[in-house]
Parts: sequence; structure tokens; C-alpha cells
Amino acid sequence: MMAINSSAHHDDIADIGVGLNQATVAFPADEPLHLDSGKTLGPFTIAYNTYGSLNAAKTNAILICHALTGDQHVANRHPLTEKVGWWSELVGPGKPIDTDRYFVICPNILGGCLGSTGPASINPETGAPYGLKFPVITIGDMVAAQHRLIDHLGIYQLFAVLGGSMGGMQVLEWASRYKDRVFAALPIATAAWHSSQNIAFHEVGRQAVMADPNWQRGDYHAHGVVPRNGLAVARMAAHITYLSEDALHEKFGRNLQNRSDLTFTFDADFQVESYLRHQGSTFVDRFDPNSYLYITRAMDYFDLAAENGDVLANAFRGTRTRFCVVSFTSDWLYPTRESREIVQALNAVAANVSFVEIESNAGHDAFLLDEPEFFATIRGFIESCAAKRGLPTLDQED
Amino acid sequence: MLDKPKTLHATRVDHLLIAEMVAPGSRVLDVGCGDGELLQLLADTKAVDARGVELSRERVNACVARGLSVIQGDADEDLADYPDQAFDYAILSLTIQATLRPREVLENLLRIGRRAIVSFPNFGHWRIRTDLLLWGRMPSTPNLPEPWYASPDSHLCTIRDFVELCEHLDTVVEEAVAFNSSGRRLPIERSLSLQNLFGEKAVFKLRHRAPTRDI
Repeated sequence: MMAINSSAHHDDIADIGVGLNQATVAFPADEPLHLDSGKTLGPFTIAYNTYGSLNAAKTNAILICHALTGDQHVANRHPLTEKVGWWSELVGPGKPIDTDRYFVICPNILGGCLGSTGPASINPETGAPYGLKFPVITIGDMVAAQHRLIDHLGIYQLFAVLGGSMGGMQVLEWASRYKDRVFAALPIATAAWHSSQNIAFHEVGRQAVMADPNWQRGDYHAHGVVPRNGLAVARMAAHITYLSEDALHEKFGRNLQNRSDLTFTFDADFQVESYLRHQGSTFVDRFDPNSYLYITRAMDYFDLAAENGDVLANAFRGTRTRFCVVSFTSDWLYPTRESREIVQALNAVAANVSFVEIESNAGHDAFLLDEPEFFATIRGFIESCAAKRGLPTLDQED
Repeated sequence: MLDKPKTLHATRVDHLLIAEMVAPGSRVLDVGCGDGELLQLLADTKAVDARGVELSRERVNACVARGLSVIQGDADEDLADYPDQAFDYAILSLTIQATLRPREVLENLLRIGRRAIVSFPNFGHWRIRTDLLLWGRMPSTPNLPEPWYASPDSHLCTIRDFVELCEHLDTVVEEAVAFNSSGRRLPIERSLSLQNLFGEKAVFKLRHRAPTRDI
């Protein structure tokens, strides 16, 4: 039997309104996950948050897939950083993803470090953290693990699956692998394969972690150290790719940090340096360095066309899912061109697809921000899908 | 609910004529769907599976926010992606004159849809002929309000021109309706010449001469 640990969380007034429930489900060793690499992983645990209530017919569930450094705390105060949820503008009572009407599920991904099994988890064979003994996983493996969670919750068809960036990759994988279990899919600021440039940036990040002497070939837990500097540099480099030149210029320009003149040293003279250093050091407090290696690798391996005989359209053949593809004008990490490739593949199988490009100068991070046009699009799409699915719509509630 | 009409503007006459030509419950692609008025009309009155393609990003986003399935795309570039006979009707309403390659667009329309429905402003209308004949100026009408240098319409044609293109493409005209500015229908069967002279706009329902495959 699966061990289930579920507890209502009422520490924070702000979290009560969204009907937060934090839970974990442990799948035993005799029900392992069969990974794309050919290896198996078991036992394994998935930690997840839910918001709102599942209706009697179990038709109002929305799965949210988080990005590389995201986690399951999508709409509640984060237990470590104490910041509001990373998509709390989008998800909550009366929000476009309305927790008054939908049962929202957000799991921590397989390979993550906030409760789901990952390289920092204890390897039952050794009694010590997996480290590099953790198998290399794929986006498909993450989705297969989520699929087990959805089965466990007794839900057959998800009303919607949505996510941005790596979350969007999971959305595409869900819609491709489990076609009849996804009514609506929203891949946001994402691509059907990871580009050479994106692999290159990830490799820089991984090399920064591995070059830190504290990394100890992934065995830092045993040595009681953490490759903080390496992971911080990886985060700093990655963070630049999430923004745009315009956004950096508007936010920082060449402004100096708490000083009136250059110091002729290598201190953080410029605001942008100080900002990046802060991003790096705070990230290290909440993220496992090995997790960062494994998850970036999973993204690099993602190629939905290659999984389907090098024809992306094959990934969606026979789909009845309604798609809403969203990109942002200033996102150079997952440019609109790559979203358009998804749309072309969906058109090639005459799928029901909406595609919008949102004007924003915030770069890739725009998908995390309250861009009114973006939210209006999501709300409109979700409402029309609700009407098609026979779920209550806003019009009916008025 | 979707049944509630969400029409933003007074319904265009050519949209009503197109809606009459569309069978209930069918699959429709509206190429150049603008703010989605026709798609909404078809969804509301004919319960069609309505999809749209629109060039303007702002209009696409407004359509999707209204719950319509619309993608940002270009009639000249993006129709090639669609498989043969993916739709019961592929519609081009008052858009063909603004495309770069109307012939290719029409061919794609006839390939994607079992039927193509095309509406366009008629450049053979007497007022346009008069403008040119009497004043020697490019015509300016309520349908064609922009001066020649600012007009998005690069490929204007007359009803007779359009009929000729249809013949050239081995296309069967199943229905053809011309109408004047007050929206009065002028059945084209009576006289092509008269329709070409008095019709301000026309709506054609077409299919390729090769028999359509029933799925």
C-alpha cells in the first residue's frame, strides 16, 4: 500500500482562502517507475499541494507543472523563503485559475528537492543520499510520476494541464503520452525541444557547480559541505537568460549600488551585480545542487519530435485536447518561433489550438508576471473550455 | 455559456450570408477572422466547431480572451500547415483582396476545406467604374475608404474576375450571392454582368471539381 501523509496547513491566513492541502504519496519498491533510460526507480515519493475541492464527478482538476527552479508552492506562502506563491497572481479564489471552482494540483517534480524523490533523497540501498547514484531522468519520467499521482487521486481526465518553461514541456508530454486524460493543455513560454543555445547555457551552469571543490563529485552530503559558490554562479548566469536586455536596462541601467563612485575593485559596484549576487545566494538556500544538475539534464534531453519518429505532429495525432499556446515577444530563451513550431504541428493534425503572443519586455520571466493580456487570454480560454466540459462558468455564477 | 451571443458589433451582411451557407455542427476555419465576429456568430447560431487565423496580434488575443480558438498567423504563409479536407468549410471573408498571393490562398482554402466560402468587395461596381471613367481617380467608397497608397488591399478584383479564377482552378461555384450597400441580395444566376455592375460585395461557396472525400 502507498503511504499517504496529508495535513491541512493553516499557519498563514493568506493560505486559508485557497483551500491549501500539502501532502505526499509514497509509491513502494514493488511499484517502481520505469524510466526512459531503461532503469527503474523505486520506491519513490511525490510531494504535492492541492487547492480547492475536487467535485463529485472528478472533472474539475487542474494540474500545474512547475519550471526548473519552481516547486509545489504555486499559490501559498513558501515555507522556506516565506514569499508568496510563484503563480499566486494567476491561481487563487476568483483568479483566472479559480480555486473556488477548480481542484488545483501542483506536484514537486521527480528529481526535485522539496519532498519528491531526487538526488538528495536517501538511497534505500545505501542509507545515504543518492548523489550521482540517482538515475538520469527525463521530462517524460517526471510526467509518468505525475500520472501515477493522478491515478492515486482517482482522477481520470484532468480538466487542464498548464505550465511555463519546463512546466510547458511537461504539458506537451502529458498531451502527447496521455491524450484522453487531458481535456485542455496550456504550454506557455516553452518549446517542443531544447535548443542548442539553451543546452549551452545549462552546461555552463552545470560546469559551475561541478567546478566547485565542495561538490565532491556529487557526494557533498557525506563531507558536510555544499557547493554554494558553484550553484550561485549557475543561478546568476541562468537568471540573465530569464530577463531581457530592455528589462535589465530599465531596472538597473548603469546605476551604482549604494555608492557615488566606482571603487576600482571587484566589489559589486553596479546594481545589476548586486542583484545577481543576491539571486545567487538566496537560491542556494532553497535548492539542492545535484537536483539542479539532474533537472537541467532532463530539459536538455527533451525532444518531443525525436520521441515521435522525428515528426512533431506525430506526438499529437488523434488528439482531442484543446490547446492554448502562449509566447512572449521579448522571450529569447523560448522565442515565439519555437511556440509556432508547436502550433504548426498541431495544425498538421487539425487539432483545436489557440495561439497568442503576448507583448512584454520582461523576457522569459514574463510568464510569472501579472501581464493583463496574458491573464485575460488564460481566463478566456479556461472559461470556454469549462463551458465545453459542462463545468460552471463565471457567467452562470453571476 | 457559449450560447449567449457575445457579438461586439452590428453583424455584417456578408457574415449573415456566410452563416446561411454553413451547415449546423460543422467544422469551420475562418482565415482572417478579425475580432472573431463571424466565428462567434457561427458558434452561437450554428453550433460549429469554430477555428480562426488572424494576422493582428491584438485581435488574436482578444479572440482567445473571448473563448474562441484562434491562432496568430498569415493566410499567405500558414495555410500550408493544414492537412487536406481538415474542415467542412474554409472561410475567407473580405480578406482575399489583402493577401499577397490570392490564387495560392484560394487553392489552399479549397484543399483544406471540403467547401470554401469567400466574400470580397466587387471592384466592378458601377460607382467604382464611374470614379475611374469620369474623374480618372482611384475610387474611394465606404468599402474601400483608404487612398491607394495606404490601402491594405493589394489584389482587388471584380465578380467577373473571380468567376474566371474559379474556372481556371477547376472549381465548382455552388452558390454565389452579390449584395448592395443596404444588404439586399442580388441572385447572380440572373445576369453576371448586372451583378458585376450593381453588387458591392459578393459571397461565393465553392468546391473543387474533384469529388470531395467523405470521411
